[in-house]
Amino acid sequence: MIAPAAAVDAGRIAAARERLPRAFGRPLGERLWIWSGWLAFALMTSYCLWRFEFSPYRLWTGLGELGVIVAQMFPPSPGDAPREIFWALLETLAMAFLGTILAAIVSIPLAFLAAKNTFPFRLPRFGVRRVLDCLRGVDQLIWALIFVRAVGLGPLAGIMAIFISDTGTLSKLFSESVENIEKKPAEGVRAAGADPIQTLRFGILPQVLPMFLSSTLYIFESNVRSATILGIVGAGGIGFQLSDRIRAHNWEEACFILIVILVAVTGIDWASKQLRMWLIGQRS
Amino acid sequence: MSGEALAAFELQFTELRRRRRLTTALGLSLFLALLLASAAIGNFSPAALVDGAPKLGEYVERTLPTLRWTSLGADLTYWFYGLRKWLELLLETVLMAYLATLMGSLGALLLCFYGASNLSPNAWSYQLARRVAEFFRTIPDLVFALIFVFAFGLGPLPGILAIALHSLGANGKLFAEANENIDMAPVDGLRAAGANWVQTMRFAVLPQVLPNYASYVLWRFEINVRTAAVMGFVGAGGIGMELITAARSLYYEDISAILILIVITVSLIDIGCEKLRHAWIGREALE
Repeated sequence: MIAPAAAVDAGRIAAARERLPRAFGRPLGERLWIWSGWLAFALMTSYCLWRFEFSPYRLWTGLGELGVIVAQMFPPSPGDAPREIFWALLETLAMAFLGTILAAIVSIPLAFLAAKNTFPFRLPRFGVRRVLDCLRGVDQLIWALIFVRAVGLGPLAGIMAIFISDTGTLSKLFSESVENIEKKPAEGVRAAGADPIQTLRFGILPQVLPMFLSSTLYIFESNVRSATILGIVGAGGIGFQLSDRIRAHNWEEACFILIVILVAVTGIDWASKQLRMWLIGQRS
Repeated sequence: MSGEALAAFELQFTELRRRRRLTTALGLSLFLALLLASAAIGNFSPAALVDGAPKLGEYVERTLPTLRWTSLGADLTYWFYGLRKWLELLLETVLMAYLATLMGSLGALLLCFYGASNLSPNAWSYQLARRVAEFFRTIPDLVFALIFVFAFGLGPLPGILAIALHSLGANGKLFAEANENIDMAPVDGLRAAGANWVQTMRFAVLPQVLPNYASYVLWRFEINVRTAAVMGFVGAGGIGMELITAARSLYYEDISAILILIVITVSLIDIGCEKLRHAWIGREALE
């Protein structure tokens, strides 16, 4: 029975508050915790803003400068050497492609070594995983910096940087696919009298291959994006052209290169997505 | 089974297998063509790789310090002689990532309701929000930093703005996709009760997606710490400046010391974020 509204007087509210205090708000201790959380957040943020000199004046003048730069970017122009720019774009795509392929090839055996169900020895597996973590933990650009110093300027350094850092990423992705496989097809094939190679080919490979291909394509997309900046440290590709133009304040050509990058990255993303959908759709 | 049906099956099977093999062969030859073209364009050959590997080994060897058991303490001190300065710069790097993640995510929060097809007021705002996010996501953050360094001057500020813009694009997309997967019943309910658009977003949508947002923000923070570590390459603050100086001036042992510190910091941040994520999800499940 619901009491009519008129019957809700102060006494009833007090009684309800007595019975169900949490329905009327959090207790003081809890509220203090929440407030101190917000206070810490506000203090930390203002400390950061102060430390990094975020003053309205600096932002305003900076935005003004930025406006001047953006104004100088238009109209975008390919400059004297459009061929050079397109060649650099092709070089970037080639770097991403080769680096990804190399990483994928090396990652297949590593993935089986890092997966629980295919490599049951705990200690070596732990070692393999930590090494992969280290490869992944260092940014691709840092690898590029190191490789440029080791093997010299040019696309080789970029290819090696992509290769090394994505061996870490791909091995992890691959080993997760391997850990998720179904045992039954392999058992079935073996029960039908297959030898180990045939078991691998007909029992395991059909399960992991589409996943491997799809992860590789995904990483390739991400590598096309990151390969565009490897040139900033001298590792070849269109990033070198771009940073060269920006450092020379050649904003019209820089803008043209940016547009080329945008179009290329969007195009590759689209094509790779179609291919991925087709690969996964076809097998399942 | 009659012989005719068997023959028909055989015929169909052979046809199917033929088509499958043709597709595989076509795919493989396309792949090989691309591989050869890439190798030609990138001046790449297995020989170059084999040639480069020992040079790399040599380089890595040179970056490693001489550590002796007899004087381990002194050797370590010598190796990490710049520890105070480097730790200070690492703190700066992490704070840069923090502020950039915060700013980018706040921007994404403003954008994401317009970028969700089920919530956006009209088709125009949807397209605009999505394209803006796409633009900021596609331009690499380092390129933004390269340009901002000229506009705002050297230092962490341009780096933070660059990472923030990239985070805005990346999180704007993820947030918007989370918004598209919500249960629409609370939205309809609030609309029926006469709430305006902002109130609907605040009280019908936000409570459903906040845990997703939190997990995306933590993930973005992990990525941004890595990015902030290389911002110094273009003069935009953080530990990267020190690293590129060491690499350019051939201070070999500094390189390995700084790299080790970066890897440790990144791992600690990853572990911390993982803990936070679990704590958050655990609490949600308990309530």
